[in-house]
Amino acid sequence: MTAVPLPYRVTAHRRETADTATLYLTPVREALPDFAPGQFAMVHCFGRGEIPVSVSSVQATGGLAHTVRAVGAVSAGLCAARAGDVVGLRGPYGTAWGLEAARGRDVIVVAGGIGLAPLRPLILQTVAAPEAYGRVSVLVGARTPADLVGREEIPRWPTAFTGVTVDRPDPGWHGDVGLVTALLDRAPFEAARTSAFVCGPEPMIRATARDLTGRGVAPERVRVSLERNMRCATGHCGHCQLGPLLLCRDGPVVGWDVVEDLLSVREL
Amino acid sequence: MAPKLAVFKLASCDGCQLTLLDCEDELLALAGQVEIAHFLEASSDVRPGPYDLALVEGSVTTAEDAERVRAIRAASRHLVTIGACATAGGIQALRNFADVDEYRRTVYARPEYVSTLATSTPVSDHVHVDFELRGCPVDRRQLLEVITAFLAGRKPDVPDHSVCFECKRRGTVCVTVAHGTPCLGPVTQAGCGALCPAFRRGCFGCFGPSGSVNLPAQIRLLRRDGLDEDAVQRFLHTFNAAAFDEELRT
Amino acid sequence: MTTTAPAAVLDRAGLDTLVTTLVAQGRTVIGPTVRDGAVVLAELSRGDQLPYGWGVELDAGRYRLVPRADGAAFAHSAGPQSWKNWLHPAHERLWSADRAPDGTPAYTTEPLDPPQYAFLGVRPCDLRAIAIQDRVLTGGAYEDSRYGARRRRALLIAVECTEPGGTCFCVSAGGGPAAGPGYDLALTEVLDGDGHRFLVRVGSEDGARLLEQVPHRAADPATEATARASVEAAAGRMGRALPEVDIRELLAASPDAERWNDVASRCLTCANCTMVCPTCFCTTTEEVTDLTGDHTERWQRWDSCFDLDFSHLHGGGPVRASARSRYRQWLTHKLSTWYDQFGSSGCVGCGRCIAWCPAGIDITEEVRAMDAERPVSHAGGTGEQ
Repeated sequence: MTAVPLPYRVTAHRRETADTATLYLTPVREALPDFAPGQFAMVHCFGRGEIPVSVSSVQATGGLAHTVRAVGAVSAGLCAARAGDVVGLRGPYGTAWGLEAARGRDVIVVAGGIGLAPLRPLILQTVAAPEAYGRVSVLVGARTPADLVGREEIPRWPTAFTGVTVDRPDPGWHGDVGLVTALLDRAPFEAARTSAFVCGPEPMIRATARDLTGRGVAPERVRVSLERNMRCATGHCGHCQLGPLLLCRDGPVVGWDVVEDLLSVREL
Repeated sequence: MAPKLAVFKLASCDGCQLTLLDCEDELLALAGQVEIAHFLEASSDVRPGPYDLALVEGSVTTAEDAERVRAIRAASRHLVTIGACATAGGIQALRNFADVDEYRRTVYARPEYVSTLATSTPVSDHVHVDFELRGCPVDRRQLLEVITAFLAGRKPDVPDHSVCFECKRRGTVCVTVAHGTPCLGPVTQAGCGALCPAFRRGCFGCFGPSGSVNLPAQIRLLRRDGLDEDAVQRFLHTFNAAAFDEELRT
Repeated sequence: MTTTAPAAVLDRAGLDTLVTTLVAQGRTVIGPTVRDGAVVLAELSRGDQLPYGWGVELDAGRYRLVPRADGAAFAHSAGPQSWKNWLHPAHERLWSADRAPDGTPAYTTEPLDPPQYAFLGVRPCDLRAIAIQDRVLTGGAYEDSRYGARRRRALLIAVECTEPGGTCFCVSAGGGPAAGPGYDLALTEVLDGDGHRFLVRVGSEDGARLLEQVPHRAADPATEATARASVEAAAGRMGRALPEVDIRELLAASPDAERWNDVASRCLTCANCTMVCPTCFCTTTEEVTDLTGDHTERWQRWDSCFDLDFSHLHGGGPVRASARSRYRQWLTHKLSTWYDQFGSSGCVGCGRCIAWCPAGIDITEEVRAMDAERPVSHAGGTGEQ
């Protein structure tokens, strides 16, 4: 393992929303081992600290992208990084989405807000190999149109169905309004042969997973990505516990069959 | 251009400002990184605002100070209060539980010359405060940490957990468990480095209530360890009287 | 590891020589000694610093040092610290970084050159605790390399228990006063008409080599028998016991128990239990910068699940805001989910969390209350329904 971050240079900075940016990174010298979609890195902002961020792009060249929302001092520092700046990276850590297990099946991807970022490399892999999967649907929800991550990119994905919905529309919004789960009615899938991948705020994950399993998707085929406080990412600091799980090690991506009961306990 | 630092004082003993002057080794380095624009304790060279970081010591006890702290806020990008007076009203908040006119008549020969508010209140009761640094006085390392963190744009590493964390981290034997000494450590915010227990004394709460306080349980321990009801009251009514009192009421 | 080296006997002078020999070999010797009204663990340079003639009286929330007429050195039980204070220290720098004039940071790892510790007086419960921390910090996919380096260099001299304390419950936690595997040498203190002496068993090649350098004699059957009998008697004199139920299953099934509210009304959330626990390993990391802003360091320090900030989520606040949920996390993790995470219980029955809780909360009593509260159909550890 690499206990010390490796320097990565920001090659491009893309503003996603008012408070969210994607950093495209390339190793200054040595590169970390390959990341699988769903896994995360500990990203170090010099002088401010380290936070866990899932990969939002994995390139064969060793390049990576991380999408960060400015919610604290470290993430604000990362969002403010510009092309040429250097950040520190440790990883890859945690479990991957496990897209291989979805081969030959209908695929449903459900994202809430910045939750689209960790799903993005999975979507790209899926739509790049249409022969390997059944019908692919991408459902995206955001609080407002201004909070939509990947607004230009989403309509370009060649899926069987793409739906975007917001909680609070602005005057220019002509799309759907309401919960992301409402879009499931329009997504073409056969529950018994469907794999789902869900990332977003925890209440949205719970509602989506319950809806999907209610429609007959097997709980173990609903893969969700969870967030907890993480300090070490190597299973040694204890912060990311969710009952029996250490989410840096046993997650962040876990099957709904494993976490449904755990997430129903208040303050676990 | 170097960020401008200003230090102001309201009703207080100056001890927290002195803590900044006590940072002898670091003071030159600090002066190299910031422009000390207003710090009467150190220099009469006063430069006008706006200030990037204002450190405010003392509580609000007069109408003039209430007005002044609004002006300080308006002139400061970040406002950090330092010490028990500024963050909790200080020892002078004892007046909050008494008749201030009676105090005035008892203490002063010509009480009519003294114009004061009925309460001593923390700065945060009057204006928005970006960060509150506890202590009576504040801890030198924590003060430097807050200034350094504001310079670096990061969150100051000033945990709000109990003094017990620090006792255990430095290997101090618990004075309550091993000696039966009454100690407010379990309900007091860390930051002093667990100074008193290291000298076999109970903590007397000069950093105020921690972020996670169970005062009824703490009071049961103090009674168990020999304090009567009045002694418990006195123990809690020192530098952070108003803050502990508020915990009792919630 | 066991060796075929025969048992030996040291007298008090022999034990003194053992300490000075270790010091002469360049080892940092840590062992029990009296300080601030307690038997603490501290660096020793001589054998006479051991707590000869001192015992302890322990109860929930209460620890008192008491003189003993028999002059025993190891008639105390677990004190306010544990060996994690040295193997997994409270503060530790992980790495640092310096920013070059062009803004590029250069990261530097901390060099791994820990002291060569010799721990003298490792109780059987603490021997198990060290093995548990070994699994947590070095047994997974990633090794805590600093812990690992200190641990591999450390020499463990166990001392079996002959005077269990009022808060001890190792027998019901799956251990006992006899030393299990993992020691280099294991001592048993013997005090009778034949004098003050220590039976020594050898657990490793390192232990055997050390014993060779210390004046000793072959163990006689009487000393061996007396030692065995005292340790066996100690097993019957535990101050407390965990209830004999499937605690892992009990706590996994009790997240909604009413008892959590009851204990939360007594709990100060002060974290003392987790800090004194020899297996609690949680840490946090903080960024430490200097005033120039061009040098930054990453420091690790002990943390606790009782800290509100421990479960803090940006934008969401703490996951475990209530005292109830934090106490539940501590107890359930220690006795139940630890099995899921690391393959064993996290409790060795040392009793520190009971003695050093200022409020005197007793985990054995809390578990018993949980069991009493469980619906009758689930009682008796019969497994999941």
